[in-house]
Amino acid sequence: MSNIIEMFSYSFIIKAFIVGILISLCASLIGVSLVLRRNSMIGDGLSHVGFGAFAIASVLNFTPIYFALPIVILSSFLILRLNENSKLHGDSLIALLSSSSLAIGTFTVSITGVNTDINNYLFGSILSISNIDIIISIILSIFVISLYIFSYNKIFAITFDEKFAKSIGINTNLYNILFAVLCSIVVVLGMRLMGSLLISSLIIFPTLTSMMIYKKFKSVVISSIIISTISFIIGLISSYILNTPTGSTIVIINLLVFIIFKIVSNIKSIK
Amino acid sequence: MNLIELKNLTLGYDNHIVLKSINMSIDDGDFICVVGPNGSGKSTLIKGILGLIKPISGKVIYNNLKQNFIGYMPQETLVDKNFPASVYEIVLSGTLNTLTKSFYTKKEKDLVLSNMKLLGIEKLKDKNFCDLSGGERQKVLLARSLCATSKLLILDEPSNNLDSKSKKDLYETVINLNKKNNITIIMITHDLDHDNLIGNKILSLREDEIFFGTTKEFVRRVHHE
Repeated sequence: MSNIIEMFSYSFIIKAFIVGILISLCASLIGVSLVLRRNSMIGDGLSHVGFGAFAIASVLNFTPIYFALPIVILSSFLILRLNENSKLHGDSLIALLSSSSLAIGTFTVSITGVNTDINNYLFGSILSISNIDIIISIILSIFVISLYIFSYNKIFAITFDEKFAKSIGINTNLYNILFAVLCSIVVVLGMRLMGSLLISSLIIFPTLTSMMIYKKFKSVVISSIIISTISFIIGLISSYILNTPTGSTIVIINLLVFIIFKIVSNIKSIK
Repeated sequence: MNLIELKNLTLGYDNHIVLKSINMSIDDGDFICVVGPNGSGKSTLIKGILGLIKPISGKVIYNNLKQNFIGYMPQETLVDKNFPASVYEIVLSGTLNTLTKSFYTKKEKDLVLSNMKLLGIEKLKDKNFCDLSGGERQKVLLARSLCATSKLLILDEPSNNLDSKSKKDLYETVINLNKKNNITIIMITHDLDHDNLIGNKILSLREDEIFFGTTKEFVRRVHHE
C-alpha cells in the first residue's frame, strides 16, 4: 500500500494516470465500433504511421504531436477512402502502409544518428507525457463520451448495418470520418504511453473480451469501458511495483482478463 | 394514386450506365416483384429509389412519402457472426428516422412492440440476434424496416438462404402486410420460380427488354416464349 502512495507522489505518474485512463476509455469506446465492423486493423496501421511521423518529427526537431497528428489523420482518410473503392484489399493496404511507415521511420532516424527515442516510440514511456497530452486527452474524452451519449443509437445502427442506416437518412459518411479522426487522435496520444506496437491492443482487447460474455450491444459498450480502465489502472500500478515496462504490463493484464472471460464463457456454455 | 414515379430515370456508376430511361409509377397498395439476371440492375434501381445513388439523368418523384421513410430491408450482410445485439436493440434502430431527440421515447418503444407482435416475434425480444434461425432473423430485419415506414417496404432478396418452410412463412407475412396493412411492397427475387411471384405486378429487367405489368400478363408472356 505504501508503495502505491509513494507512486502517486511522482508527478509523471499522475500525468500518466490521467492520460492513460482517458485514453483507455476513448480507445474502448471507439474500439467497439471498429472491431465489430472488422476495421480494427485500422488502429494498428495508424499506430505504425504514427511511429514514422514521430521519428521524422524528432529528427527535424518538430514537436512530435503537432507533426504526427495531421499525418495520422490524413492516413486514416486515405485508408477509409481506399477501403471503399479500390482494387487493393483493405487488409493488404494497411499492412503496406504499416511496414512502409516503420521502414521510413527507422531509416530516417538511423541516417541522422538520433536513435535514443526509437525504443520509446515503439514500446512507450510514461516519462514522455507532457501537459499538452493531458489537455488534448481531456478534450478528446469529453468529445468521445458526449458523442457516444448523444449519438449512441445512430452509432449502433451504423455499426450493425450501414446500408440500412444510410437508407433512413443517417449521414454514415460523416460518422465514418469522425471515427477515423478520433481513432487517429487516440492512437497518437496513446502511443506515448503504450508505444506504437502496443497501442492497438487498447482498441481491440476490451471489445473482444466483453463479447465473450455479453450479447447485447449496450452491455458490450459498458463492459468494454470498465475492463479497459480497470486493466489500465492495475497495469500501471503493477508496472511500478514490478519495475516492468508500462505498455506491455497493461497489455498483459488485458490478455489475462480476456483469458478469464473466455474461461467463464466456456463454463457457461457447458452448463 | 401513386407513391413514386420514375421519370426517364437513368442510373449507373461513374458514367457506366446500368439502367436507361426507366419510366414507371408505383401505385399505393402495389406489390411489385423485381426479377432479372445478375447484373441487370435490380439493386441499382433500389439504390436509386432510396436515394443512395444520384441519377445520371431523369428523376424520382415521391408523392406523400419522404425518401428516408421507406422501409428498406437489405440482404443480410452481417460482417461479424458474433455481433452482440438483442432483437429489441435491432428493431428499435428502425425508428431512428422519426427520432428528433437523442433518445428513444415511449412512442418509439410502443411502435417496436406492436410491429414485433404483428410479425409474431415478440417472444424473441431479448434474444441474441446471432442465435436465431435464418427465418427468424429475416423477420427481425423485416420488423426493423417496418418501423421505418408506414407506406413502402423495399425487400432485397429476403428469401435468400431460407429453407422452403421459412420462405413460405416469410412470404405469407409479407403478403399480409400488403393486404391487411395496406403497405406497398417492392421485392427483389432471385429466381423466376412461380412461388416467388407473389405480387400483383412484375418488373422484369433484362438487357434486351424491360417489362412492367401485371403478374398474370407476365406469366402469359413467359408461356408464349
